[in-house]
Amino acid sequence: MHELSVCQSIVDQVVAIANNNHAQAICKIDLAIGPLAGIDIQLLEHAFPVASAGTLAEHAALATQQLPIKISCQSCKRESEARANHLVCSHCGDWHTTIISGDEMLITSVELDVKEDAHYV
Amino acid sequence: MCDTCGCNITPGNKHLVAEGGKLEVDASGKKVVDVMHSLLHENDHQAEHNRHHFNARGILAINLMSSPGSGKTALLEATIDALKDKYNIAVIEGDLETENDAERIRAKNIPAIQIATGTACHLDAHMVHDALHNLDLQNIDLVFIENVGNLVCPASFDLGHHLNVTLLSSTEGDDKPAKYPVMFKTSDLLLITKADLLPLLDDFDTARAEKYFRNLANQSPIFTLSATKNIALDNWLDWINEKIQAHRKNLAEHPVDKNHMHHSHDHHSHHHHHI
Repeated sequence: MHELSVCQSIVDQVVAIANNNHAQAICKIDLAIGPLAGIDIQLLEHAFPVASAGTLAEHAALATQQLPIKISCQSCKRESEARANHLVCSHCGDWHTTIISGDEMLITSVELDVKEDAHYV
Repeated sequence: MCDTCGCNITPGNKHLVAEGGKLEVDASGKKVVDVMHSLLHENDHQAEHNRHHFNARGILAINLMSSPGSGKTALLEATIDALKDKYNIAVIEGDLETENDAERIRAKNIPAIQIATGTACHLDAHMVHDALHNLDLQNIDLVFIENVGNLVCPASFDLGHHLNVTLLSSTEGDDKPAKYPVMFKTSDLLLITKADLLPLLDDFDTARAEKYFRNLANQSPIFTLSATKNIALDNWLDWINEKIQAHRKNLAEHPVDKNHMHHSHDHHSHHHHHI
């Protein structure tokens, strides 16, 4: 249930960006969240209206991209896809692997409505 | 993770950054701004600040995580008994309610601050920062942060500590690393606790626990011990000694920039979300 804290952090950041850009509203927030970030996307989506109520992000769409878990093997040097609880090389079976993607927890971009103050840009 | 130098952008996610640089406002008055910040940007910033607090004083900070009742406080009591003549120790305790754990630590004449999180299921960097300001860190060598008992949420929050230690008690089941991979993936050490009960439990296989842990590509050591029966504590105590020496050596080679403390030391301007 830490998703509400995460949502509040997202709202704080995007509202600051909106203010810096003199935006009227935030239309869309793009997120990239990997399965290894420990964030439940459904819970995040449920918490977002609570965290964003009364802010510039109130009517923003939350678009979450989930990247696959990809690992690189330290033994055979090959890459493979993996499950969160089985980060083992699918080629040689070694568990000495490094994560290439799948642990992201990023705000990638925000779409702002700036039409009334477009001259600031 | 750092949000300013672009190191968030990895080969795995760089395609998410829009190409073409600064984006213009389109005909309908919409503008897209690239961010590439961590979802927990503010927490991570505060955590770095906490780490500077520790490093400026030569302190090693260890975050203890586990389910409720796996023996974190008992481990701390046994550790304090073994190391209090060698190191000055302080403890930050996190629980939803009560001062019980801090009182157990204070009974050993060790300073302890209790964070009562109320409804929050984890500690965050702001809570730890507030606690640090109520703790006299002068001459302290080692700070333990006992996180809220929870195998899910604490794993996502950097507190400014240096090392994560996860406890897995023999009464919990050996497949916990497979069920809670994010938590066990972050562990710098796995302690299998309540070893004295292992002969009585026919469903906990330490080899199986190790296999599930290694399946997370975690190369950290695993020690099996009992804090209350004083069984096999040596590996754990040696590990702490080794990490304190390594931390001091690292700080001697890379002295802390004390100026950093000032530019970000705006204690009261941060939002304090304790939910």
